[in-house]
Amino acid sequence: MIDFELTSNDKKLLDAVRTEALVARQYARHYDEHEHEFPPDELPEAKDFPNVWSLFAGRTADDTSMGVISLLMTMGQTWGDYSVRMRRGKGGLGNAALRAAGTPEQQAKWNDLTLAMAITEPGCGSDSAGVQCTAVLDGDEWVVNGEKIFVTTGCRADGVVVWATIDKSAGRAGIKSFLIEKGTPGFVVAHKEKKLGIRADDTAAYVFQNCRIPRGNLLGLDESIPRQGSGGFRGVMKTFNMTRPGVAAIGLGMAEAALDFTREQLEKAGARIEYGPGIHGQSAAAQKFLRLEGQFEAAKLTTLHAAWLGDNRQPNNDEASICKAKAGAAVREITQGCIELLGPLGISREHLLEKWFRDVRITDIYEGTGQIQRLILARSLLGYTSKELK
Amino acid sequence: MISFGPTEEQAMVRDTLREFASKEIRPLARECDETATVPDAILDAAWQLGLVSTQIPEVYGGGGEPRSPITNVLALEELAFGDAALAIAALSPAGFAMPILDMGTDEQKKTYLPLFTGERFHAASLALVEPSPVFDALDLRTVAEPKGDGFVLSGRKSFVPLADRASHFLVVARSTAREGFAGLDAFIVPRDAHGLEISPLEKNLGLRGVPSAGLVLDRVEVGRAARLGGDAGIDGRRLVASSRTALAAVMLGLSRAVMEYALPYAKDRIAFGEAIARRQTVAFWLSDMRIEIDSMRWLTWQSGSSLEKGADATRTSHLARQYAADASMKIADDGLQVLGGHGFIREHPVELWYRSARTLGVLEGTLAV
Ligand SMILES: Cc1cc2nc3c(=O)[nH]c(=O)nc-3n(C[C@H](O)[C@H](O)[C@H](O)COP(=O)(O)OP(=O)(O)OC[C@H]3O[C@@H](n4cnc5c(N)ncnc54)[C@H](O)[C@@H]3O)c2cc1C
Repeated sequence: MIDFELTSNDKKLLDAVRTEALVARQYARHYDEHEHEFPPDELPEAKDFPNVWSLFAGRTADDTSMGVISLLMTMGQTWGDYSVRMRRGKGGLGNAALRAAGTPEQQAKWNDLTLAMAITEPGCGSDSAGVQCTAVLDGDEWVVNGEKIFVTTGCRADGVVVWATIDKSAGRAGIKSFLIEKGTPGFVVAHKEKKLGIRADDTAAYVFQNCRIPRGNLLGLDESIPRQGSGGFRGVMKTFNMTRPGVAAIGLGMAEAALDFTREQLEKAGARIEYGPGIHGQSAAAQKFLRLEGQFEAAKLTTLHAAWLGDNRQPNNDEASICKAKAGAAVREITQGCIELLGPLGISREHLLEKWFRDVRITDIYEGTGQIQRLILARSLLGYTSKELK
Repeated sequence: MISFGPTEEQAMVRDTLREFASKEIRPLARECDETATVPDAILDAAWQLGLVSTQIPEVYGGGGEPRSPITNVLALEELAFGDAALAIAALSPAGFAMPILDMGTDEQKKTYLPLFTGERFHAASLALVEPSPVFDALDLRTVAEPKGDGFVLSGRKSFVPLADRASHFLVVARSTAREGFAGLDAFIVPRDAHGLEISPLEKNLGLRGVPSAGLVLDRVEVGRAARLGGDAGIDGRRLVASSRTALAAVMLGLSRAVMEYALPYAKDRIAFGEAIARRQTVAFWLSDMRIEIDSMRWLTWQSGSSLEKGADATRTSHLARQYAADASMKIADDGLQVLGGHGFIREHPVELWYRSARTLGVLEGTLAV
């Protein structure tokens, strides 16, 4: 049955997430202004709060499905702050890659590490098949050389999943993922990036100089280079179907915070926002706000839809790109628009709106820019290969 | 529980209508637009699919299926995929019958619902829109003044679908005593009411396939029994939300028509030695169409779902209609650009969709779900 109403169990869970998020929000400005500091894994207040996961106990089949409710929880968290959490969970993007590509033994071995994911290089980002970092087999070891940039949680992670090519002439098929632990000689964390937003998130640059790792650190252990097709490349790219709706949700939580703040301030100033009147019964400010709210709602629903398909074991490749593209564009428009609506209040660092405006901007960039999502979607709609539509 | 899954019956209704829209409606769309007429045969054929009658309770001669705004939203998307004008024509009786079903007194249901349970299409329409540049459902210029035991209606209406043949109109008017939603009332007015003048057919930019006309109400006197809902009146929020949701569904169907036409065209059309779809500018218009169509659909479903639950759908319907109006205009606009000069020629349906999109976006109430 088509339904958009949260159950009481859903609400209980999301209320708890929001309560925590509000506590985390109190620290948001501090870590924005102190970029070199890492927020703690647990805020002092956390010990007085029940663990949100304990609220999962009473859930039934009549409650919203796992993937969908998880995205709503993500939104609830970033509604508080992008990076500051009451309790920080372990695990990074690299852990998702390990789950997708590692052998059972590899998964068991590295499961407890926090793993970052390093694909991007100074010379290639969107064109992830253009990886220049190399891994050469020497006896029973891989020797890794190259540079990686923009590695999320790169400083704090215990290790990293790195994309490197074992045969440049093989193109995509030659690209493999390797697990490299911190402390391995030749693995240098070169610096921490200084960013527009999400400053409490550490983003690192790595250099690998004759970095030797065991042969068994190749995820999946498959050293072959297929002569046809892209080898495992496509499979690796598919893991992004899981993470893209998550990235969309992260951005949308902040956009919702911006809308809530803007509505509150407008109403305080006497501008009423109502859904009854049509275009002629609204002030220009209310009209603008309502359009932004529509963008938010649309992006949220496309995001939940992608997860719902996944929960019901239906393909969601197109929908993962749809929601990432939609949310990426919506959060930009929403936060830009909210500042326009609030004017001087919007740009003041006394409030968080200007921070949300900076923080959300990453949504349309990482894990595939808006353009890359449109490209993937267009190829699928048109039945084109990546050669036919570049 | 959040779920995007239609029931099996809803999926069946959708599939049936999808085929009907492609095979029966689409081939007629151009001629209906050119001649500004709609053949009785297509209205009867659509009627026999049970669009309105199935949800009327058995006691009034209907099919007795549960009343479902969501099913109606799904139906409207498909019909409008065939043609927006014909979809509005085919479902215009719902704009009259559904509010009576939802909010009418027993007497009103008994009197009027059986009109919509026969074999053949029966025309009756909602009259909400007014011919004013500052038209607003919450600020109607058509007023209902109490007089004796009944009311006197005065004002003007426009874009009343099938006004040329409707037996009755559900005229929405502002009660002089109250404001906002609380001031909204609806009155059942027969076409031969004294003081009611049906204007000559309108000549509009789009949606020409649904003949429509204005009404002039010059002190039309109606009895107490004509007030929808009797002395309790109506839930004005629900009436407006229902009609906004219906329009959103029509705009959604129209947008899908544009996308499904533009896509194969872009693959076939060669320029500079390759298909135009192989250029990102064109390919990205198509991606954006799909992104916005999904967006519209979930917003519309969300609003249909609030209505289905009997919840206040004012917010969800406002967002759905406004969003669909903006997005469908953009899609029709880009769709025309995909065809270049050919998009401007009436041999292709895209210019028709372009006109219909602009027209739909300014309407507020013609239908109900
Ligand atoms: C804060 C932050 C965190 C990040 N975290 C990680 C991480 O953990 N791991 C990781 O590996 N990477 C990470 N990234 C990198 C991120 O994924 C890339 O920046 C992103 O994919 C874009 O690549 P690029 O910056 O090289 O831009 P480019 O690829 O140079 O693109 C520049 C512009 O060109 C457009 N463009 C490129 N190719 C096409 C095309 N074919 N068609 C149309 N337009 C095109 C892009 O959309 C973009 O607008 C992170 C980046 C940032 C800023």
